[in-house]
Amino acid sequence: MALRGNLRDFNITQLLNLVNLANKTGTLVVEGPSETAKIAFRDGKLAYAEIGNEDGSLASILHHTRKLSSGQYKSIRQGAAHISDKELGLLLINAGYLSQEDILTNLQQHFTDIVQRMFTWVEGVFHFENDLLPPDDRISVRMDLENLIIEGSRQMREWEQLQDEIPSLDMALKFTDRPGTNLRNINLSVEEWRVVSYINPRNSMRQIASATKMNDLEIRRIIYSLLQAGLVEVTRQTGAVPQPPSVRVFPSDNKEEQKSLVNRLINRIRSL
Amino acid sequence: MQTVKMVVTGPFSAGKTEFIRSVSEIDVVSTERKVSSIQEKAIKEATTVAMDFGRITVDDDLVLYLFGTPGQRRFDFMWEILSEGMLGFVVMVDSTRPETFREARSILETFRAYAPTPYVVAANKQDLKDAWEVEDMRHALRLDSKVKLVACTATDRDSVKTILLELLYSILNEMENGGK
Repeated sequence: MALRGNLRDFNITQLLNLVNLANKTGTLVVEGPSETAKIAFRDGKLAYAEIGNEDGSLASILHHTRKLSSGQYKSIRQGAAHISDKELGLLLINAGYLSQEDILTNLQQHFTDIVQRMFTWVEGVFHFENDLLPPDDRISVRMDLENLIIEGSRQMREWEQLQDEIPSLDMALKFTDRPGTNLRNINLSVEEWRVVSYINPRNSMRQIASATKMNDLEIRRIIYSLLQAGLVEVTRQTGAVPQPPSVRVFPSDNKEEQKSLVNRLINRIRSL
Repeated sequence: MQTVKMVVTGPFSAGKTEFIRSVSEIDVVSTERKVSSIQEKAIKEATTVAMDFGRITVDDDLVLYLFGTPGQRRFDFMWEILSEGMLGFVVMVDSTRPETFREARSILETFRAYAPTPYVVAANKQDLKDAWEVEDMRHALRLDSKVKLVACTATDRDSVKTILLELLYSILNEMENGGK
């Protein structure tokens, strides 16, 4: 039976469940909103994953997770570009840079991240190619799917809940006008701070997501946490024409207005 | 509502939090909080960063935000994010800890590379007996004579105002002289 369809009717979590129960071997190809993902399985276990045009080589993965420095990564790309991931892995282990466990852990996390990114895909065509295995020059793993399936189900529920809380990303945010409210005892994550730096009634949530390279789920999650903390509130986006999200020094390009603004700041600081 | 931003940076424990706290109309953020169940799951493995965030409302149409960078070196990748769009920055230096001067200089050079905006170096904790003389610090920090190095006591509001005003004067000066 041809395993093919649309994510509208059969989502990623359900597909993983099917592969797991049927102990399938082959590759699931999913054409998502803006890129195509390929996830390979062997006997119902996750073996490999790649997405879009991303460089899924071992060197790239280890560089991304900071196991390899930029200098080391560059050296490998220049001097060892012709060797396979398996050979590179052995070289790194024999040279004492990394252990086998390090390499496998990093690969597993990379593949898991790819699958988790796909959990937010609600539209896309998929098909399963039986017996299509990962590329020969790449390292396969053997990961149980149960935890991924549980995580996928949880994310679906969270996604639905966040969509209820923040139905539209075309609204903007502003900082709350209630000084002191809930601003004590808050520890923001790196990603939350990144979003905070863009908060301005001129920037819609969608634009902030684009600037911070977050998907719909990630940006809703962060905004929800900021809303819960009382730091921000939703507002209409100001400005007649939506602009790319700006982190501008001055709100205006007019030099006289800029000087006036600085003088207003000076007067205000003096009055403190 | 228009917003502008200044960044307060410097080595760990230089006085960034106290600086912002002295003038901010809102309490400066830090420490743990109870989170909702959704958030707990969302950030279960996220690194949290205690950064300082303060605000001064200028008028109905203008707000100044003060961002304090994380003091720990391992969060230095946040500096570039925070420096985007800033009016200028303040580098806090603990005048009683010369072992931090080198790091302060490194931070200064890093921020200068991020953006060609005016800055002031604040020689903090000048009220303490072990504080170095400001001009000795200038030599130790290898600061050009044109760089504003200003004595500061971050817990004293007037002192903090002086630093911010010096920075604003530099910004205005640069605008009037075309960045010379």
